Amino acid sequence: MDMNEIKEIFFQECEEQLAELETGLMALDEGDDDSETVNAVFRAVHSIKGGAGAFALDDLVRFAHVFETTLDCVRSNQLEPTKDVIKVLLKSADVLADLTNAARDGGTVEESRCSALIVDLQALANGAAAPAQTAEVDDAAVIAAEPDIGFTPVQVQFDDLEPDTSFTPVPFSFDAFGDDVPCAAKFLITLTPKADLYLKGNETVLLLRELSQLGEIAVSCDTTQLPGIEQIDPEGAYLTWTITLTSSAGEDAIRAVFEFAEWDCELDIQSVDPAEAGPPDVSNEEMSDADDDVSPVNDGLKGDDIALAQPSAFVNSAVAEIAGNAEDAASTGPNVVNLPSAVSQKTQEAEPTALNTQATQSRPAKSAAASTIRVELERVDRLINLVGELVINQAMLAQSVTESASSGTSAVTMGLEDLQQLTREIQDSVMAIRAQPVKPIFQRMSRTVREIADMTGKNVRLVTEGENTEVDKTVIDKLAEPLTHMIRNAVDHGLETPEKRQAAGKPTEGVLRLSAKHRSGRIVLEIADDGAGIDRKRVRQKAIDNGLITAETVLADDEIDNLIFHAGFSTAETLSDISGRGVGMDVVKRSIQALGGRITIVSTPGKGSVFTMSLPLTLAVLDGMVVTVADQTLVVPLTSIIETLKPEADHIHGFGASGRLIAIRDSFKPMVDVGQILNFTHVPTDPLAGVALLVDSDDGGQSALLVDAIQGQRQVVIKSLEANYANVPGIAAATILGDGQVALIVDVEAVVSASRSGALKSEMSLAAVG
Amino acid sequence: MHQTSKNLADGARELIAFRIGEQEFCVDIMSVREIRGWTPATSLPHSPGYVLGVINLRGAVLPIVDLSSRLGMKESDPSARHVIIVAQVYSKVVGLLVDAVSDILTATDENIQPTPEVSSELDKSFAKGVLAIEGRMICLIELERLFPEVESEAA
Repeated sequence: MDMNEIKEIFFQECEEQLAELETGLMALDEGDDDSETVNAVFRAVHSIKGGAGAFALDDLVRFAHVFETTLDCVRSNQLEPTKDVIKVLLKSADVLADLTNAARDGGTVEESRCSALIVDLQALANGAAAPAQTAEVDDAAVIAAEPDIGFTPVQVQFDDLEPDTSFTPVPFSFDAFGDDVPCAAKFLITLTPKADLYLKGNETVLLLRELSQLGEIAVSCDTTQLPGIEQIDPEGAYLTWTITLTSSAGEDAIRAVFEFAEWDCELDIQSVDPAEAGPPDVSNEEMSDADDDVSPVNDGLKGDDIALAQPSAFVNSAVAEIAGNAEDAASTGPNVVNLPSAVSQKTQEAEPTALNTQATQSRPAKSAAASTIRVELERVDRLINLVGELVINQAMLAQSVTESASSGTSAVTMGLEDLQQLTREIQDSVMAIRAQPVKPIFQRMSRTVREIADMTGKNVRLVTEGENTEVDKTVIDKLAEPLTHMIRNAVDHGLETPEKRQAAGKPTEGVLRLSAKHRSGRIVLEIADDGAGIDRKRVRQKAIDNGLITAETVLADDEIDNLIFHAGFSTAETLSDISGRGVGMDVVKRSIQALGGRITIVSTPGKGSVFTMSLPLTLAVLDGMVVTVADQTLVVPLTSIIETLKPEADHIHGFGASGRLIAIRDSFKPMVDVGQILNFTHVPTDPLAGVALLVDSDDGGQSALLVDAIQGQRQVVIKSLEANYANVPGIAAATILGDGQVALIVDVEAVVSASRSGALKSEMSLAAVG
Repeated sequence: MHQTSKNLADGARELIAFRIGEQEFCVDIMSVREIRGWTPATSLPHSPGYVLGVINLRGAVLPIVDLSSRLGMKESDPSARHVIIVAQVYSKVVGLLVDAVSDILTATDENIQPTPEVSSELDKSFAKGVLAIEGRMICLIELERLFPEVESEAA
């Protein structure tokens, strides 16, 4: 595996982490205050930072670090995850995603966005740190104490403290403690690797070697867990290492050594020196002074009484508690390793909480990961193709057996039936491999909503439902664009400004509901807003201005609503850069139709609009009606057919030179002679001898496709014509029928449009309603 | 065998020779995927006259080109005796309808003579050169030139 492959895996994992991050933040936003959620969020950013560090992606590391620091404050309850805080965090997640993409694709992210957020994040983190001194003294004391290692336990004269309880805390910087106070400290590290550690290519000796570079180390190995040679698992892990490290590097540096190992081993880092007995003071200069004072005492552990010159809030609460323990320790002599002081326990509890929980949480995550595998899409596609072949072959075999004389033997027939059953099951299972939940795309939408809400100054809450609904990957990939567009439209046009909403007596926060569900073999997506609904008067006026309809045209409400799907239709009064970029709902409709889907709108004035999209679950197979046109076998997608009928003589009316209309329940629909349009024949098809398929066309109108006969209805595997040939106007794709012959799938929209313009063009333009 | 590989190393190449009517042609063997019998093709609407349609080649949709018609000669009337040479042109695979495949030739660049200046129905631009082998005249066809639309798409 070369570096690029590893990097590729890293970016794939980043994508997952980013999704996790967003899910977590959204959950927090909805009031989930589970510490698991916070930890998951933290872990996601931490993992990205770690990986980015390994690849020297400095921008990413820098941002992730600041992000992580702020999240750490949330995690340690120093920072309340209010709506505003989460807004910043969500934005940061967006930037982090952008940075990741930039790192992968070589783009850049706007420096200003990045730095502005860094400032915000730092402000949050600092804001959290300041109150922490008063409100969260215990935590603060622990954090402060940790790098402050040059101390012996002290006995505090409480008499001296009592009068000073009103003392105000002194602000200080945590960072300074960690980085700027170089004093050699002793750590006791217990390391019990698990088998996983070795499986992942880690090696204890390397960790030890790295530790030895931090300072002086003494290592001992506990081999008591080692079973006899007859029971030993050569890949097992049985050893426990005890390392005594004297180093001026802080605990962070030691943890860093175990960064990639800590989840696969039991790691316990204790600061041996009972320095935790409490900093006599918190300001930096005095800190070092204190160091000087106290360090000589180090060896003796005499427990000298030290009168604190300047007692602080720490001393008031934390130290008071500790002092008793320290006294114990002092009396039992210099055996500080097992010092049961409140502080040493807290050091483990508070600071490494994250690490411990990370360890416990990452384990189930890992076992879940073990049950899934990453497979290149290409391989799955190949399998799907082959299964498609199998289905066709099976059909061909069945057909030839039926035709041959051997069809009489029941064994063969039964065997064939079993085969058919099996192939169908295989096909379904293979299709299921490609099925993916729509969740990632929904998450992307939440970002879109945030961005547009920001740009338009609207308050929007996105509610998603059914995000685990599964659909073929190709559909998901092609769904992003139309969906983004519709979400943009819904926020920009659908929802009102907070002021307008207030005036209308609605809550200022608009709600956008995005839902997905399965319905009769299709996936149905709904985008519902609780905005003003479609302003039909304006839409109508606009349509008249654009020449789509005449002022006299009488249209039903839903017909007016459907006008927004026409080309060049934008009702926004000002062209914004959000939705006024020249593409409108017509583009959305076209891309949905290109996927074999339909889109409808239901709008209630004052209550909002609901866009409903219904899409096939896969683009690999399609339900089609197999028809005969001029001796050719064609497939018409079933989704576009409304009904089929046998034309009767008195329902056919000539129209102009060659046009024909058919009367269906008193409304006239143009007849489209498929054979002529596709140039299979020059002789007009006799409508009375053929069958008419009533289909929906672009503008919501209907046309009747005239074919010679209907052969049946069948599920067909879609084959590309472009792969080896080229796009054929009027033809959407090809398929292979049971007899092994290629049949063409009709592009209904193109054929209907061609019947109007008189010629097939490969790029059909939308015909306006007349 | 040894001889062959030595020749190939010297810049020689193998060609598949086939017959259309009375004339013989050849293409580089490296672009030929397989040779199969004729099966009826599904015709494509609005396609050039030399595109006979598409067939099912183990699940792939394969366009069939009447090479005779493409080269400006008379249109073939495909029958079971015809042969389809499945060839790769750029990234696409096409089937070439010919009358029969005759043999495999080994030729070096020296064996290939430039196409003589004749006013022929055969569009000279398709021919890369001619080979004289055992008294036969075999025309080497450049497939890439036959399908300019494929070429432009690949470019």
